[in-house]
Amino acid sequence: MNLEIVLFIIFSGIAAVTAVLMITRKNPIISALFLVLNFASLAGLYLVLNAQFIAVAQVIVYAGAIMVLFLFVIMLLRPGEEKLMDFKPVLKIFAIALSAVVLLQIIYMIFLTGPGAAMTPVLESSIKAGTIEQIGRELFTTYVLPFEAAGFLLLAATIGALILAKKKFE
Amino acid sequence: MSIPLEYYLVLSAFMFVTGVTGVLTRRNAIVVFMSIELMLNSANLSMVAFSSFMGNSAGQVFVFFVMTVAAAEAAVGLAIIIALFRNKVSLNIDEVNIMKW
Repeated sequence: MNLEIVLFIIFSGIAAVTAVLMITRKNPIISALFLVLNFASLAGLYLVLNAQFIAVAQVIVYAGAIMVLFLFVIMLLRPGEEKLMDFKPVLKIFAIALSAVVLLQIIYMIFLTGPGAAMTPVLESSIKAGTIEQIGRELFTTYVLPFEAAGFLLLAATIGALILAKKKFE
Repeated sequence: MSIPLEYYLVLSAFMFVTGVTGVLTRRNAIVVFMSIELMLNSANLSMVAFSSFMGNSAGQVFVFFVMTVAAAEAAVGLAIIIALFRNKVSLNIDEVNIMKW
């Protein structure tokens, strides 16, 4: 049993368990903290997959910036009223059954088609594809137009968030 | 590379379905929003897995763009939630039906 398998089992176990805990907790702050743990274990999985840059970006952008924003808003709005929001049990059972059917369908399709058999993973090219040098080169040559568009999107989102949060409602 | 690609895809499918269940069953707007982030991340996981197994960084560039969109979406969505809370003093998405005709 080599290190890669051990790390995969640890990180995927944490990711799966925290995902379930995240949607079942009553208190949204605890949900948010479980989601941070989920994102951190996903960063670990990205490292197992030799995607160094994406792993670092995952920790900085998701577990850092986005989740801090979520926690800020949760603490600002002090939502302690989840007990009053009764979810109908019939709807809940229906949703879980539907999700289980969809999950079984996806798993069946994954093992029926077996995409892993069609590709021969080479460790050297996999490591090379995950370095910040390779991703930066792709980003500024092939994908330079989408990159500029992403920058414009962030500017638009900043202005939109400012206007939405500043607006006074009567 | 000793783990089959299928295992990553199954984990990604499980996380996606968990996010769908969260969106369908929870009534707190912020938790619904966090479930959407979970679904985005599960898609990211399968894209990074494919990219790494193919030795091609296009998938990881795409994940970078998904992260950008998720950051923009979180900023705008949370601003909408704050505006909603100021207006209705509730985070229950069942009570938010002002756009219903």
